[in-house]
This record gives sequence, C-alpha cells and structure tokens, in this order.
Amino acid sequence: MSLLPFCQWLADTPGSMALHESLYMYPLVESAHVLTLCVFVGVAATFDLRLLGITLRNVPVTDIKRRLGPWMSAGFVVMVITGALLFYAIPVRSYQNIFFRVKVVMLIAAGLNAFVFHSNVDRRVAEWDRDPVPPRAARRAGAASLLLWAVIIVCGRMIAYNWFDCDKQPQRHIVNVAEGCVVDERAPEGGPR
Amino acid sequence: MNLLPFAQWCEASTIGNAIRTSTWAFAVIESVHLLALAAIGGAVLVVDLRMLGLGLSESRVRDLARDAFPWLVASLVVMLVTGVGLFLSEATKCYYSTPFWVKMTSLALAMTFTFTVRRWVTLADEGRVGPLAHKAVALVSLALWFGVGAGGRWIGFSA
Repeated sequence: MSLLPFCQWLADTPGSMALHESLYMYPLVESAHVLTLCVFVGVAATFDLRLLGITLRNVPVTDIKRRLGPWMSAGFVVMVITGALLFYAIPVRSYQNIFFRVKVVMLIAAGLNAFVFHSNVDRRVAEWDRDPVPPRAARRAGAASLLLWAVIIVCGRMIAYNWFDCDKQPQRHIVNVAEGCVVDERAPEGGPR
Repeated sequence: MNLLPFAQWCEASTIGNAIRTSTWAFAVIESVHLLALAAIGGAVLVVDLRMLGLGLSESRVRDLARDAFPWLVASLVVMLVTGVGLFLSEATKCYYSTPFWVKMTSLALAMTFTFTVRRWVTLADEGRVGPLAHKAVALVSLALWFGVGAGGRWIGFSA
C-alpha cells in the first residue's frame, strides 16, 4: 500500500494549496518550527546531558523533569503542529524525500527510546535521583536521545535540498526505491517518467 | 562607509568560493549551525526561565548560570564559526538583506548584554538582585536572542 495517492489528494485540498502559495504564512510556520528547536530540543538536551551526568549534576533529576518537562511538552506540541502544517503544505514532495523518510524513522526511534526509558529505569528514579552520574540505562537513553535528535535536526534541514528529488532523474536505483519514486528507469535520460 | 566591496571580497575569497561552489558544504555547515541553535537555546533558556521563576526554581540562579555558561560559550563559538562560513558564501546577498542586518544588530546586542549585564546579574551574590531585575534581564535576553533567531531564519526567505 502506498500513501502517495493520499498525499496527492492532500496536496489538492484548498488549505494545502493556500499554505503552499502563501507569502507570509508558510515562512511564519517554518520560522516557528525552527525556533521552537530552542525550546524543545534545547530543553530536552539539557535533560539528556543531566542523564549523562555531564551538566546540572547537583540538581535532582526529578526537579528537572518536573520543572522543565512542561516546557519540553509545550515545545513538542508546537513542533508537531507546525511540522504537520509544513507537511500539509508540501505533501507529495515531502513524502518522496529521502531525508523526510529518514527523519520520520528517527522520530519513531526517539519515541521508542523515550518509552523504554520511562517504562524501565525512570520508574526507579527515586533510587538515583540525586546521583551526579545516573545508572547506565539512563545514560544510554540520554545519549541515544541526543544522537537521534541531532540526526532529526540535520535531516529536517536537508529536506529543503532537492539533490535526490524524484523529478531529478536519473537517480540511483536504491534512491528511487527508498523514496518510492514512480519512475521508469529503462527510459533514456530526460525521457518520460 | 560602504561595506559592499567588503562583502564582494568575502564572497570571492577562497573559503567563500569553496562553500558556494560545493554541493554539500552549505547544507552541512547550515545543519551544524542548527544543531548549535538547539544547544544555545537550551543554555539560554534554562537560566532565563529560572530568572522568570518558570523553570528550575529549586536551584539557585548562580549555580544554573555557572553550569550553563560553558555550553553557552561552546555553542556560541560553533554558531559564529559556521555562521561566518555561511556568510562568506553569500556575502553580497546578505549585504542587501534586511533580515541579515536585523540579525547582526540583535547578535551584537545579545552578546554584549549576555557577557556584561546578564553575566553580572546571574553570578551576583544571593539577595543582591531582586526578582524584578531578574525578570527584566531574562526578558531582554530572550527578546534579543529571539531577534537573532528570527532574523536568521528570515534571511533564507528574502529573494
């Protein structure tokens, strides 16, 4: 099953076209998406670095979670809403963009990482709340989170570039497969796709 | 003083040329610039939110500021180095870009404020700075850094 028809339908809706063609709305949504990085990833990274025992070592982990958690959640909500709007404005190209696809996979991985953290070592947080360097499982979760969000940021930025876009043929076969490009690779260069 | 010849010289420089003609260089440098944005965002917000009474209010402003300072400086250095690279590759475009000048003005003010007033206030002995002063400093800091970020994002939109 391909989501391409759904993306094509989405692209033809009036809202999607209006946002795509807007002079200020799209840049504003994108600016909000990028600047909220500071709030969401910035605060999340602070928490991750605390889990790694690198910064704020004297602040109890639960303090950080309780005090900064709401900011992280608020930032995340803004990220998701603005991100969904950006996808809504340009659905087909995003869907067939290799960096977008990697980003989605990494987002799922980051979600799983957070879930594993919360359902395991975080349950016993009372035992290590004040440890300057938290236990190994917590450090692993912090490191994984930092790495995943870094990849997500880089992929997000790279979506803007069209190096691997489906309309730039010929592409390597593996790229066309990974992006789900609808293309007849037997056709000569510049031929119909 | 006309800075246009300087911008043209920057763009024609070896580094500016190399970044502009490369397929990947600008994108990679820009990505690192963004990663540092997240880091500097965290380093600034943790302290500013605390001064606003909204963040880690169990911790002392001074302790948080001390912990965050190396991160602030490190991410700022990465920001400046990558930012100079990005600028060199499209210096004349920047010269004609209003958002670029908004960003540079905000940046100069933000850095000056951060390393003088904000630093003195955050590292001052407890009780010497009232909550109102803390709030004012945090708001000015957030406003200035927001100007830098918003101006930066908007450089990319101006044709």
